Amino acid sequence: MNKRNAVIFLLIIAVVGMLTYSSFYGLNLGKFELVPVKDDIKLGLDLEGGVFVVLEAQTDLTGEDLKEKMIEAKSIISERVDGLGVTQPVIVIEGDKRIRIELPGIKNTQDALDMIGKTAKLEFTDPQGNVVLTGENVRKSKMGFDQYKKPAVDLQFDKDGAKKFAELTKILSTKSTDEERVIPIILDGKPISVPVLQRGLIISDGKAQITGKFTVDEASNLATLIRAGALPLEMKEMESSVIGPTLGLESLDKSVYAAGIGLIGIFLFMIIMYRIPGFIADIALTIFILLVLGSMILMKASLTLPGIAGLILSIGMAVDANVVIFERIKEELRAGKTIRSAVDAGFKRAIKTVMDANITTLIAGIVLFYFGTGPIKGFAVTLVIGIIASLITAVFVTKYLLKLIISLNITKNNKLYGA
Amino acid sequence: MNIIKKRNLFFAISCLLIIIGLVVLITSGFNYAIDFTGGTLLQIEMGKTIEVSEIREITDEFDAKAEIIHAGENKSQVIIKTIVDLDNKKRQEVFGKFQEKYELTEDDLLQARKIGPAIGDEIKRKAILSIFAATVGMLLYITVRFEFLYGVSAVIALIHDVCIALAFYAVFKVPVNSSFVAAILTIVGYSINDTIVVFDRIRENMRIMKKESYEDIINTSISQTIIRSINTSFTTLLAIASLYIFGVEAVKDFALPLIIGVVVGTYSSIFIASPVWYLFKNGGKKRTKRA
Repeated sequence: MNKRNAVIFLLIIAVVGMLTYSSFYGLNLGKFELVPVKDDIKLGLDLEGGVFVVLEAQTDLTGEDLKEKMIEAKSIISERVDGLGVTQPVIVIEGDKRIRIELPGIKNTQDALDMIGKTAKLEFTDPQGNVVLTGENVRKSKMGFDQYKKPAVDLQFDKDGAKKFAELTKILSTKSTDEERVIPIILDGKPISVPVLQRGLIISDGKAQITGKFTVDEASNLATLIRAGALPLEMKEMESSVIGPTLGLESLDKSVYAAGIGLIGIFLFMIIMYRIPGFIADIALTIFILLVLGSMILMKASLTLPGIAGLILSIGMAVDANVVIFERIKEELRAGKTIRSAVDAGFKRAIKTVMDANITTLIAGIVLFYFGTGPIKGFAVTLVIGIIASLITAVFVTKYLLKLIISLNITKNNKLYGA
Repeated sequence: MNIIKKRNLFFAISCLLIIIGLVVLITSGFNYAIDFTGGTLLQIEMGKTIEVSEIREITDEFDAKAEIIHAGENKSQVIIKTIVDLDNKKRQEVFGKFQEKYELTEDDLLQARKIGPAIGDEIKRKAILSIFAATVGMLLYITVRFEFLYGVSAVIALIHDVCIALAFYAVFKVPVNSSFVAAILTIVGYSINDTIVVFDRIRENMRIMKKESYEDIINTSISQTIIRSINTSFTTLLAIASLYIFGVEAVKDFALPLIIGVVVGTYSSIFIASPVWYLFKNGGKKRTKRA
């Protein structure tokens, strides 16, 4: 019995040690490969660097109409962003008329901002410069190929647009010179393309193709620009931020370093204050941190700077749970109970306190998550995960390990239990 | 340790601190960061410390009132804050001038931000809303688990902590930015957590010490839990302090009010929450023997 428990205890320490090691440096176990936490955890913009923009629609629309247009705008922005090749972009509608775009890890910030922030107004004009169609009439714009397999831009107009385009082409198709058959495409007052209508061609189905000496990149760029101009609402840049990767990395390293030092301080303090239970608490705290990091990876929650602060705070809560329990055990020991019954009684009494204290904070965390945006949300996510993990470790892990070590009968000295 | 007897002293200390905060707040207001006021921010790695006057030669052209601060380990970074709205193009133009003059690379532009003033209003609105909602939620929980008066006392202690934290922000000109809200809510969470542990012991002792006065019960409960309060605050402070000492600027702004919050939260759970609860109880039933 005793021997078996000793083996279990050592095994737990070994596994925790191994996981801790792997979370720092990664580990290869035959087929399985454990990636270091640093490489696996999703980093927020503030840590990884990148761009974020909040756009606000300049419109008087409300209710369902606004909602519909916003969803449309969002999908157009998504398409624009796709063209940038960002791995994990975040594009969300915030409130009624705002769109938040986060592009982590992006290097060419200028291009990205240009592309997204552009509140372009797209117009198709006749040769005299009269506006015939606007971007609102463009339903689709994508890179395609012409009959000679050369890159081209395929356009499709909506019903209204198709009608207007048919009228325009009907008039233009009869003109003799090329100059008389141009249909300039104007973006923000500047022509981005001046296609010439083929002589005799009337486009009545709303499907047009712009051909020319395009490279693939040029064609897709033009297609994107036309799409970009098709934003159903005028969007204004409310807030934008470019964080260089250098600043991000420095933040991460420094914060990890700071957290490490704080943790070592806590670990030492717990052992000094509570001896054997303190050592148990340190193992439990290590498990707690592994749990939190693990669930953040699983939930794909991104770690932000305020998130690190939330993490530190929940570590404080986790320590508190252990402190509350151990102080109770100390009281029971002083009242003359044996170590075993003191641990039992101490736990029973402390758990209620720990639950009440943590649940109230949890309520605050959930509210924060619900109402918060951006950095505040990042903070709330880690706090909520942290409190749940702290409850789990305090209620189960600390208790189990403490009982295990008592069963080993290492010592009967109460002092080693903090009393 | 007779905390109840000296309660008026503690109330007076807290009131004094809050009044000082209020006076400063009314006379000079908060140090709102651009998250709240709206404006733009540029952070550039210069490679070496550059005199502010030299920086101004470039920035004056765009905004003569720009705020310029040094940052980074060797003060080699410069942060430029302007209230004037510089759009992305303008920001790039400003950086371009620096790039030219000091031979910088693209990577030396550490961050460039623009914040609309409406965002600040929204943050304020959401902050007030979330603190209110969190308070109601916690009050409900405490009422169910304990009783209403415990909840009210805990909330008063919590408002006390938030007020002191706000006073701290005002007096020491700590920048009020978007993580300010997270800091305040953390203080709310910590304050409640700490108070609950003390109240939990009072509740337990109410059953055990049936014949004793409220005063004795509270004093006993506090002395039973005070070591736990101190140890917990100490470990939490250890973690936050190391963030403050070793962390980056953004974390420092956040860590400082948290340090104050933890200290005040611990103080209030002992010296404010319980005495307030005593006042409520003593006003109601006559179970108290005068000390």
